[in-house]
Amino acid sequence: MTNCSQDVFDQDAFAHALRDPDAPVPRGVISHNSDAPRKRFTVYRNNVMVGLITALEARFPAVRKIVGEDFFKAMAKVFAAAQPPVSPLMMFYGDAFPSFLAGFEPAREVPYLADVARLEAARTRACHAADATPLTPAALRGTAPEALADLRFILHPSLEIVASDYPIVMIWAMNSGEMELAPITDWRGEDALVSRPGVDVEVRRLPPGAKTFLQGLAAGDPLGAAAASALATNVRFDLAANLAALFAGLAIATTNEPFEVPLP
Amino acid sequence: MPGSRLPLSAGVGFKPEHFAAISAAPQPLGFFEVHAENYMGAGGMPHAQLRFLRENYALSLHGVGLNIGAKEPLDRAHLARLKRLCDMYQPESFSEHLAWSAHGGLFFNDLLPLPYTEANLRLIIDHVDEAQTTLGRRLLLENPATYVRFAQSAIPETEFLHEVTRATGCGLLLDVNNVFVSARNHDFDASAYLAAFALDLVGEIHLAGHFKTTDDQGATLCIDAHGSPIIADVFALYESVIARAGPLPTLIEWDNDVPEWPVLRDEAIAAQRRLDRAGSSRAAPAAA
Repeated sequence: MTNCSQDVFDQDAFAHALRDPDAPVPRGVISHNSDAPRKRFTVYRNNVMVGLITALEARFPAVRKIVGEDFFKAMAKVFAAAQPPVSPLMMFYGDAFPSFLAGFEPAREVPYLADVARLEAARTRACHAADATPLTPAALRGTAPEALADLRFILHPSLEIVASDYPIVMIWAMNSGEMELAPITDWRGEDALVSRPGVDVEVRRLPPGAKTFLQGLAAGDPLGAAAASALATNVRFDLAANLAALFAGLAIATTNEPFEVPLP
Repeated sequence: MPGSRLPLSAGVGFKPEHFAAISAAPQPLGFFEVHAENYMGAGGMPHAQLRFLRENYALSLHGVGLNIGAKEPLDRAHLARLKRLCDMYQPESFSEHLAWSAHGGLFFNDLLPLPYTEANLRLIIDHVDEAQTTLGRRLLLENPATYVRFAQSAIPETEFLHEVTRATGCGLLLDVNNVFVSARNHDFDASAYLAAFALDLVGEIHLAGHFKTTDDQGATLCIDAHGSPIIADVFALYESVIARAGPLPTLIEWDNDVPEWPVLRDEAIAAQRRLDRAGSSRAAPAAA
């Protein structure tokens, strides 16, 4: 609290009334024609709420498409009232929206909604992640086959994996204009690789076992060890397919050290 | 002009959806303005686009989250982010608002009003001082559009702003639409407000659209929505300002229901024509 001389404005009361739709107009807030200008004060309250809903709409367009505009607004309003932003960096507002959706009773009949939201949240983070030059497959050409297993990679700062029990890559693609809407016949879990090799964010479906593999690489495990643990968790793990997916997403970054090649 | 090295011409608030059109050909504009907070991520498209704007035009950095009008201390982490942006992009101007936007750890994402009292004057002066010291540059402080007043307010807004400039050396950003909106909302004469406004302290002008609704009493209430063309009355006030002050860097703000690029560009061209007239009707100043 600042030193409270009597003309210090009661910002607490104003801030509280902004968040509470039933609160009266704060004392001392007036207009030329009223001592309690309710509608005028409500402009601020609405600006705040509409601003937060708009930010969530911008960040979660596929979620909005899935549930429809009115349902999304209602849902976003509940979230915004419960978890208003704590930072002026509005592009990151809604990092907690997916976990809110996971427990949002009225959306229960859309069980994959939270996972689609996680994918969209990851896309924003990827969009704003640090720049790094991706490694191309050509960079591996000089490496002796026996040295490959000992390579360590630095993953691109934008890279995130969103694992799901639902076909979220397909669902997301169909609700973001990337794919035509159609019935999904092969309904099975998908893990999404979100990355931003250049300026555009890319979403790809990861092959089986890739999640463990990438988590290993991210932890600094050499290629061989990461592949071995991936294979241990999923017998369908295919190293070649995984490397292809990684390079296709150009998700391997070279930062300070491109990647370590052990000396012979 | 204190706190601004922007050219004495028209510019627009940059919207990413216009980037393709803007980068396809040189635009007849003096500068672009961006909201600082949108460029506080580490990298990616936003910075790629900002680098392009920086390389090709004068740049104005406009903050919406510094919370200068809050009674709580300035957010040092946010100031550090602003400094990093200013250092990286060296904008010709940095501006912020006479308003508050966060309180008690929550960010309201809106520009909220405060009473004009001696205590708040000291508060704003301290905050502007701290911001200018940290950033190593003078800033422009923008007059707000407001919907309510405060019983405690004891200092006219123009005088309040002048006191801040006197104490801190900051400049002012004169938002002519905000003057129009506040004048309507608080039943005062916009021309009288502008007559009292120290135009020699103005480093930039903002123009924007607003819409009209009504309050509980049925009186007109103007909402500063930045979602429509600039109305003729606001352009008329603007003309009176530049007739008096001469050409000033003039920004068109259009943040909601953003139109196609040519529509926004033409608004800037309309402002530029007025700047040209104001410039030619005055005695030609000595070459710098």
